[in-house]
Amino acid sequence: MNETKTEALSSPWSGGVSPFAMGSKKLGMWLFIISDALTFTVLLVSYSYLRFANPDWPRPFPFFNAITFSTLMTVVLLASSLTMVMAVAAANRGLRDTAVKWILATMLGGALFVGLHLTERMHLIEEGVRPFSNPWGPPLFGAAFFGITGMHMTHVAIGVIYLGIVSLGFGRGKFSPEDVEVSGLYWHFVDLVWMFVFPLIYLMSVKH
Amino acid sequence: MVTHESGAVHAHAAPTGFIWKYIFSTDHKIIGIQYILLALVSAFVGMFLSVLMRIHLVWPNAKLPFIAGGVMTPEQYLALLTMHGSIMVFMVLTTAPQSGFGNYFLPIQIGAADMAFPVINMLSFWITFLSLLVMLAAFFVVGGAPISGWTAYPPLSALGEIAGPGQGAGQTLWVIGVAIFCGASLMGALNFITTTIDLRTKGMSLMRMPLTVWAWFLTAILGLLAFGVLLAACILLLLDRTAMTSFFIPGGLVITDQQVAHKGGSTLLWQHLFWFFGHPEVYIAILPGMGVTSHMLSTFARKPVFGYRAMVYAMCSIGFLGFCVWGHHMFVSGMSPYSALAFSLLTMSIGVPSAIKTFNWLGTLWGGQIRFTTAMLFALGFVSLFVSGGLSGLFLAQPAIDLYFHDTYFVVGHFHLIMGVAAIFGMFSALFFWFPKMFGRHLNEPLGKLHFWITFIGVYAIFMPMHYLGMAGHPRRYSDLSGANFLGPLMPVQRFISIAAFLTIAVQFIFLINFLWSLKFGKKAEKNPWEATTLEWTIPSPPPHDNFAGVEPVIYRAAYEYAQPGAVEDYVPQHLAPEQVARAR
Repeated sequence: MNETKTEALSSPWSGGVSPFAMGSKKLGMWLFIISDALTFTVLLVSYSYLRFANPDWPRPFPFFNAITFSTLMTVVLLASSLTMVMAVAAANRGLRDTAVKWILATMLGGALFVGLHLTERMHLIEEGVRPFSNPWGPPLFGAAFFGITGMHMTHVAIGVIYLGIVSLGFGRGKFSPEDVEVSGLYWHFVDLVWMFVFPLIYLMSVKH
Repeated sequence: MVTHESGAVHAHAAPTGFIWKYIFSTDHKIIGIQYILLALVSAFVGMFLSVLMRIHLVWPNAKLPFIAGGVMTPEQYLALLTMHGSIMVFMVLTTAPQSGFGNYFLPIQIGAADMAFPVINMLSFWITFLSLLVMLAAFFVVGGAPISGWTAYPPLSALGEIAGPGQGAGQTLWVIGVAIFCGASLMGALNFITTTIDLRTKGMSLMRMPLTVWAWFLTAILGLLAFGVLLAACILLLLDRTAMTSFFIPGGLVITDQQVAHKGGSTLLWQHLFWFFGHPEVYIAILPGMGVTSHMLSTFARKPVFGYRAMVYAMCSIGFLGFCVWGHHMFVSGMSPYSALAFSLLTMSIGVPSAIKTFNWLGTLWGGQIRFTTAMLFALGFVSLFVSGGLSGLFLAQPAIDLYFHDTYFVVGHFHLIMGVAAIFGMFSALFFWFPKMFGRHLNEPLGKLHFWITFIGVYAIFMPMHYLGMAGHPRRYSDLSGANFLGPLMPVQRFISIAAFLTIAVQFIFLINFLWSLKFGKKAEKNPWEATTLEWTIPSPPPHDNFAGVEPVIYRAAYEYAQPGAVEDYVPQHLAPEQVARAR
């Protein structure tokens, strides 16, 4: 074959991570995010489909206090994304202690979000909302609410633990700045999912 | 421990001690063998279930072992059918071709010392093993195994005990088992993709990768996109079963005189989600077989793969189209005829890349100096089964014809030929080819050929008549045929199929004996017994712990350079530099 003579050693491929220039850990996290995004997509599409299929779907959330409360949750979560950006930036500049502080701030934001969310759930349960029934009509309202927000809250809780491990490892010099960045990818992804959950579950259910 | 520049662990010291070396090993080669053994055991379990079903179909009053009460009830038949399908699809067809052979040979063929994430690799095997145990546990709980088929359509699968025996704890275990399996498969897929992208050695550009690597890479992408969807569907189904939600259960159902409290859900939603996973799953099972077949035909016809690039693009387009056609499993679900038309056209368009592959396989054979080893015979068998099973797919792709065929044996014949047997032939071919590399000894060739010929004729004798049964209107999933008069004349055909099945399954023990005997007494294998070109044949058989003993190989040429003009040998391995070839000349 002529191809072999011309191509012999002139192949641009030199092994390693180029030309994609992405480390395995970061690539692995992106791939996880793709598959997890599909899982959330299925949950949200199923919810949307069932909502269309049930014309009497309730819109029970009053602007004050339910929407304002969930907006507060959103602000807390988004703020924790900002602190995560600061953590990654500090880690990349080699400021180990600063990075750890920003990660701890991010964990605090995540924990606060989970706490607020649990408070809100307790409130709804007191009102009589269950996965299989609620005071306002189609039982699927409770199922979708608890199922989807529960799935997201689990991701936030796992993220807080994950960040805890990263902050310990990075603080002791065992983890690299790339590890911080990879954990940041996960954290931003979880925030991004909330930016779909918030309008679809909360804002579209605001009381007239 | 050496850390690769990409951050992945690249080489690690060989572990000592039995447990870390053979049980919780992070060596991709050990994990590959573990997956193959898991698939082998599962395959025999699945075959045993099918034997019980085939006996009952033909001799409905026969007393059977392992069946409570002796004579099989219709529900027990459905439980066997469900578990046969689930075990074969998840534990055999998804594990052996991809996680088994892929694990063992993908890193070696791209010149890497291990997978990108060895620990995740180990976890993914043990989680798969856990899911097999959970699934098999369904046999031993109150009510037994579920009866809703491997597709687990609601409301049957969602309602719990009132829907029938096995729909209580058994079905719950099934759903949990499948969900766990999804997690393990996602971990595997992520690992395969990262390894292929990041750990290729110097000179191994994409278009120089062996077609097996392309197949495993694309299968991993399909797995990454499909299993996340099934995972979400399983979570919703599990909520329906345990938290009394109604995602998949519509209102107003009355089951065995009981009004069901659920309302508002949709059974079609499950079908959409399941088949969005389920159709790509077919390609997850068969793509590695396609890669292996291309590899064998080129190696044993002593010719480069005809149209290498076309083969790559065909596999890519089959993978892509595989995500656009899930609706053809739902033609009888009452979907809009316009949707059915779109799904039908897309489905038939898969015939184009499939035909490209088939003609390129024939083109690879054309004018070659064919060596009829057992591995080659199984690869040729794959081509034959792929064509036979694929052509009936074109019938089923048309809604008007599918309406008649959908619940008949025609479908059973179709998917067993293409998804079941063709993929299994790909695995046999891979095993006969790579056994010398994996264990340092050859499988016995005469026994292998005997096994091949009887199996090849046997599977056609089993599944071809099923197409005729389907055309005659024989419904599938029926456990007792004696009640319907119109099925009477078809009974001899069923009897023929059963006897053919018993013979074919009996012959698999020849293979099992060959496998066990050859491990210890087989002919010793050299480094490169097949005179092949890819990297796994440049290292000892079996390979050392870190594959290339710390030296990264350099690649100078494409994967299949057989019968090159000017070269002394009729093959030029990928790692041979041009000056080395010249010196040989």
